[in-house]
Amino acid sequence: MSEKTAQSYPPLPPLKQWLLPVLLAWVIPGGGHFMLKRHYRGAILAGSVLIMFVLGLLMRGYMFEPMSGDLLTTIIYTGGFIADMSAGVLYFMAKWFGYAAPDIAGHTVDYGTKFLVAAGLFNILAMVDAFEIASGRKQ
Amino acid sequence: MPKMNLSHFEATLLFALFCSAVLGVVSKTTDKERLRYGLRSFAYFAGTVFGLGWLMYLGHR
Repeated sequence: MSEKTAQSYPPLPPLKQWLLPVLLAWVIPGGGHFMLKRHYRGAILAGSVLIMFVLGLLMRGYMFEPMSGDLLTTIIYTGGFIADMSAGVLYFMAKWFGYAAPDIAGHTVDYGTKFLVAAGLFNILAMVDAFEIASGRKQ
Repeated sequence: MPKMNLSHFEATLLFALFCSAVLGVVSKTTDKERLRYGLRSFAYFAGTVFGLGWLMYLGHR
């Protein structure tokens, strides 16, 4: 069992091999794939993250801020903040330009909030993919 | 900045479209497998939306 597990998870490759593509994938959605010469996959990822994020903004989605309180509040708001921030430069630009939609009821705003979070989660998937490509675990 | 209003159907289908594209790109190894996985994933999303939509409609009659 342990032998099988050891075979499934090869040791972590050197940091310099994957750190830059992963960081670039976070800051610029799809950037890690472009750096690793996976252009069309990078374009699909960049387009998906960008369109989801812009749709979220157009629907006036709420951007989470870390908040403590009961366990559920902490998980939702801190998790949402991490997911929002995972969209990289899109998140920082939106904050820089003063985007601050209030957390109000309504299905459009709710969808907007979920679209913003989903854009960040897509970018996390792109970062993991960039890591796997850079470390030679995937083509 | 203009405000966009989408119906539940439009929003869920857009979500399904981009989610399927990303899942297809990151989860498979060949282009053919990626395309097939993305299309299948979108079909499952869309099927679930239709199914749940009808379930809610019939449940509220």
